[in-house]
Amino acid sequence: MSAVGAPPKPVPVADERLANISLTARLLRRPEIGALLAAIVVAIFFWTQSSLFLQLDGIANWTDVASTIGIPAVMVALLMIGGEFDLSAGVMTGTAGLTLGVLATEVGLNIWLAIVLTLIGATAIGFANGYMVMKTKLPSFIVTLATFFILQGVNLGVTKLITDQVTVSGIDLAAGYSSANAIFGDSFTSHGFRITVLWWIAITLVATWVLTRTRTGNWIYGVGGDANAARNVGVPVARVKIGLFMATSFVCALTGIMVALRLASTQAGQGVGEEFQYIIAAVVGGCVLTGGFGSAVGAALGATIIGMAFIGIQFSGWNTDWRFLFLGVILLVAVLVNNYIRKRAEGARR
Amino acid sequence: MSATLLETRDVAKYFGNVVALKDISVAVGAGEVTCVLGDNGAGKSTFIKILSGVHRHDEGELLVEGEATHFSNPRDAKERGIATVFQDLATVPLMSIWRNFFLGSEPTKGAGPLRRIDVKGAQATMREELRKMGIDVRDADQPVGTLSGGERQAVAIARAVYFGAKVLILDEPTSALGVKQSGVVLRYIAQARDRGLGVIFITHNPHHAYPVGDRFVILNRGRLAGTWTKDEIGRDELVRQMSGGAELDALEHELRRA
Repeated sequence: MSAVGAPPKPVPVADERLANISLTARLLRRPEIGALLAAIVVAIFFWTQSSLFLQLDGIANWTDVASTIGIPAVMVALLMIGGEFDLSAGVMTGTAGLTLGVLATEVGLNIWLAIVLTLIGATAIGFANGYMVMKTKLPSFIVTLATFFILQGVNLGVTKLITDQVTVSGIDLAAGYSSANAIFGDSFTSHGFRITVLWWIAITLVATWVLTRTRTGNWIYGVGGDANAARNVGVPVARVKIGLFMATSFVCALTGIMVALRLASTQAGQGVGEEFQYIIAAVVGGCVLTGGFGSAVGAALGATIIGMAFIGIQFSGWNTDWRFLFLGVILLVAVLVNNYIRKRAEGARR
Repeated sequence: MSATLLETRDVAKYFGNVVALKDISVAVGAGEVTCVLGDNGAGKSTFIKILSGVHRHDEGELLVEGEATHFSNPRDAKERGIATVFQDLATVPLMSIWRNFFLGSEPTKGAGPLRRIDVKGAQATMREELRKMGIDVRDADQPVGTLSGGERQAVAIARAVYFGAKVLILDEPTSALGVKQSGVVLRYIAQARDRGLGVIFITHNPHHAYPVGDRFVILNRGRLAGTWTKDEIGRDELVRQMSGGAELDALEHELRRA
């Protein structure tokens, strides 16, 4: 850290400027540095347990898990940087899969039309989330918790009403399924790499571009860091936040569609509890819970760690229940490390 | 006196049956600093809010460059060249200096989906503008939160000047700062003045106001308690007036006996 991090002391005006910026200070300022180091450590650890872990077949396995967590996690991270939460993100993947299934099987629509309608519906729910948060000024934690339970109830209730089961299946019989599955669901190499991995990388890159290089990205940092200050300089705070909620629901629905196409069916309970994995991925990736700080790449790395843990524990031949313990420990460590880094970044003179 | 940029004539503001401000006449010209002094509850905040477009005044006139105006909102005031720097709500601590500087008005290049912030240009402009205020920024990516309080005020002031402010309203810029840092901010105020801006400096500290001010206005319980130019009043008299004049004498007397 430069002289700026030192405790305040009387200094002449000429010295009120920065000394040289050390490499460590620059690195520590990157939100994703912790997640990158952790990902390397976790990869090496599971590699010592099972050499399959770092072979192509093994990598295909954990990148698959990481991608379906990572796609929503990247958007959840952007939302978190914008200062808001979406607890309905996980159950939204289930809602989208069920909607797609019902539209394609019970209603008999072409799968592509069903996909478009599902995405529109999900974006509308995202708008409702954002609008309520901005209008009521309630914490998004509470508003989206309500959405979470509403969707969970609707998923179960409507599915049972329509199909008499807790599953919608037979999606692969709908018109246009093979072309949709080729783009959203299938694997694309002999090692079984999933196409979702490409989507994951693409969405991470786009999110990074938006966040770091566009005006919208600057506004996301602004509304998350200090909504009042942002409003004072003319940032449309409500529009930015509602847009983030809409994009989050959209991307979660896209994930749900990908999973539903791959499995050709959706369980009514699909996605419940996964919102926490997205949030963990974002936080492990350096997002600050109070907003204003974080990165999309970090969230992708966070999702990678979760994917590696889930598959690594399986490869190592341990009981898979241990993965939750692992998630908890990783989250705790990440929060402590991020807290320390943020204090360094904000400086002691607040 | 130079051309008057911003002036109020007998402005009043009521909240229900509460008289928040009454008969307030204040003016600031280009290259001048008008200090508005007052104790807590004197009506300073309400006055700033009228000048910055947050509140509409109920009586009297608000003149921008001689033309009577009602601001409908803060953006309206900003477009007329009235920039307000609020003490705590000026910058986002976790964001870098250049991102803060351009927040809400980012310069872009490219078109369509490739439209992006001109990062290099933004950083260069920010450095240049802060250099004019006497701050040499070496690391544009440094979070604003790591700057000292005075430097953060400077970023906000430099930003207002860069985006075309003619009148700068500073809300208690020194109240949270130590002696040295306050001096730094006063220097920035003088710099803005020398560059031809009109500055309205709101403070409760006559010791900060006197060195930099050209005109002094004291508010007391929503009324104008006095208006002086610098050659009409000395520092001690300003302090005495600010403290309520006779009240202070009485207090001194009382404390001496106790």
